[in-house]
Amino acid sequence: MSVHSLSPAFPTAAARMNRIDQRFAELKAAGRTGLIPFVTAGDPRADIESNLAVLRALVDAGADLVELGMPFSDPMADGPAIQRASERALARRVGLTRVLEIVRAFRAGDARTPLVLMGYLNPIEIRGVAGFADEAAAAGVDGLLLVDAPQDDEALLALLQDRRLHLIRLVAPTTGPERMRALARRAGGFLYFVSMAGTTGAARVDAGAIEAQVVALRHMAPVPVAVGFGIKDAESARAVAHCADAVVIGSALVDHLARAADAAEAAQLAAQFIAPIRTALDARQAA
Amino acid sequence: MRSTVKPLRKTGTEIDFHAYPDAQGRFGDYGGVYVAETLIAPLHELTETYLRLRDDPAFQAELERDLKHYVGRPSPIYHAARLSREVGGARILLKREDLNHTGAHKINNTVGQAMVAKRMGKTRIIAETGAGQHGVASATVAARLGLQCVVYMGETDIARQAINVYRMKLLGAAVVPVSAGSKTLKDALNEALRDWVTNVRDTFYIIGTVAGPHPYPMMVRDFNAVVGREARAQMLDEYGRLPDAITACVGGGSNAIGLFHAFLNDRDVRIVGAEAAGEGIASGHHAASLAAGRPGVLHGNRTYVLCDDDGQITETHSISAGLDYPGVGPEHAFLKDAGRAQYVGVTDAEAMQAFHLLARTEGILAALESAHAVAQAVRLARELPRDGIVLCNLSGRGDKDVHTIAAREGITL
Ligand SMILES: Cc1ncc(COP(=O)(O)O)c(C=O)c1O
Repeated sequence: MSVHSLSPAFPTAAARMNRIDQRFAELKAAGRTGLIPFVTAGDPRADIESNLAVLRALVDAGADLVELGMPFSDPMADGPAIQRASERALARRVGLTRVLEIVRAFRAGDARTPLVLMGYLNPIEIRGVAGFADEAAAAGVDGLLLVDAPQDDEALLALLQDRRLHLIRLVAPTTGPERMRALARRAGGFLYFVSMAGTTGAARVDAGAIEAQVVALRHMAPVPVAVGFGIKDAESARAVAHCADAVVIGSALVDHLARAADAAEAAQLAAQFIAPIRTALDARQAA
Repeated sequence: MRSTVKPLRKTGTEIDFHAYPDAQGRFGDYGGVYVAETLIAPLHELTETYLRLRDDPAFQAELERDLKHYVGRPSPIYHAARLSREVGGARILLKREDLNHTGAHKINNTVGQAMVAKRMGKTRIIAETGAGQHGVASATVAARLGLQCVVYMGETDIARQAINVYRMKLLGAAVVPVSAGSKTLKDALNEALRDWVTNVRDTFYIIGTVAGPHPYPMMVRDFNAVVGREARAQMLDEYGRLPDAITACVGGGSNAIGLFHAFLNDRDVRIVGAEAAGEGIASGHHAASLAAGRPGVLHGNRTYVLCDDDGQITETHSISAGLDYPGVGPEHAFLKDAGRAQYVGVTDAEAMQAFHLLARTEGILAALESAHAVAQAVRLARELPRDGIVLCNLSGRGDKDVHTIAAREGITL
């Protein structure tokens, strides 16, 4: 029986509670800052084992939630690092089918770590949005972040909610106060604050410059606020953790993994990258 | 004395085609705003500004002055008598956009958008280009207004449009090669969007065709609609009637919608767009998004796209860089579904043949893009009786393509 056919039995509030909510509730109780690494599916290697090894290594090294990128031929909001990762994955024919296989394999060994798929609309439209949402929910996905999907698309939202999937909304420095309030009010899972106008992997974040906006957003939002773009290492993560519920780190990690020759090395590189960031975040909290 | 040839499908007779897009930027199921959050507010501001300027008599008067004195409008409709005779069918008239300053219809749009940019206080202009005509037209207006200009162009296109690359540099623009993906127009558009999202405070993005997120498909159409407005008035004035059929090439679709728009509610005028069929639709090496694609989302709007079953945009092929694009303006997608316009493929070989035919019979070197429209005009003329009229948009001149043509024919210059 699909998740979809079960959903009418869930009351609205319960239907919206999933692994993402549980994880952020745990983080809040523990007073910890969430750590959200992003990797592109099928990169640095296409086989399920390598992808699984990386995801597990990230979790073991302290990731609280993982974002898995769905490769797309025209990633117009991404900088060179994630563009190249997408190109490498597509060259190995990694598409949505493989993405879902990776999620299923991950979920078989990890029932608790929330997983968000991130990508662009066209592959999902072509596969069929409702069918894809069914498959994603059944595979164990918890949220979708669709860069170029209209964030106020009620039909899309209803369709995801029916399957207990969160639509992760983005707020940018250019987002005006009125729209920010509207996005915050409708938010599910967590809000993703984009730290600068630009593509992924651009300049280093200026934590001081975003603080006022992030604080304002946290006041408005019924869900936690994660900050991404321009976070590259322990130092920038710690600076942002000062005002955010969670930090997202993508391009720098993707670049770091690119040189892996096999699954074991990819896993080792992932752990090596994430561990010091975890330590820095926890040290900040202890201080 | 109307011709008996009618549109293939006469559905949608009740639709007012001039009522689109709606307030959300939609043409029926197509168009809209599919972009990253960072661009939502800037697009909103652009829409508000543009809608205000569209109703501002001072803005429109200045635009009209520039189109007349700087671009050289109106462009004539020219009866290609020897071409028509050789084809042996209806009269073929050419709307001479090739005579515009810089050599194509693209300048109609860049003059307009640059005026909007100036009014918004932007100091830097960016553009994407395929054939280089839009890049040249952007560099031209930037030079005239004293704005900085950066043009993104795929490496493949830089190689096949070398003359236009040099023209842009002469005009003071920086040309940035794009090496991602297929290294053509779509990749240049991605890169320009990335620049815009990064520098949105001081930068105005002049999109070169009726694609992109709302308001671009509407705004670019409005600036090019002067082509059809003029042509319709010229038809009535010089021939006392409307044409039986009109045709234009379709890359992103700006010269085509520019010609078509004034005629959309003239139900007896048959409308046909010519897409690049490359080496033939069956070969898979083509850029015929409407004829062979499916509805999807690309570059900020919902439209017909060429992609595989996994939703990955596929590489396209056309001899003409300006048609080598896997999407198409959303208004064309709408017109196709409504049955108001038909979209057909013209191969590289057919375009080359039409290029030579026009050169030999009329002394006009057409742009390779426009040669696709000429090939379609020839087909339509053959279907129509001798007293019929086909109006073809000659969107640009062929100087930029001389090297490509020579290379194809095995000649080194
Ligand atoms: C002369 C000419 N015609 C047509 C096109 C295709 O663009 P559109 O379909 O937007 O008119 C181009 C594009 O570069 C061009 O240079």
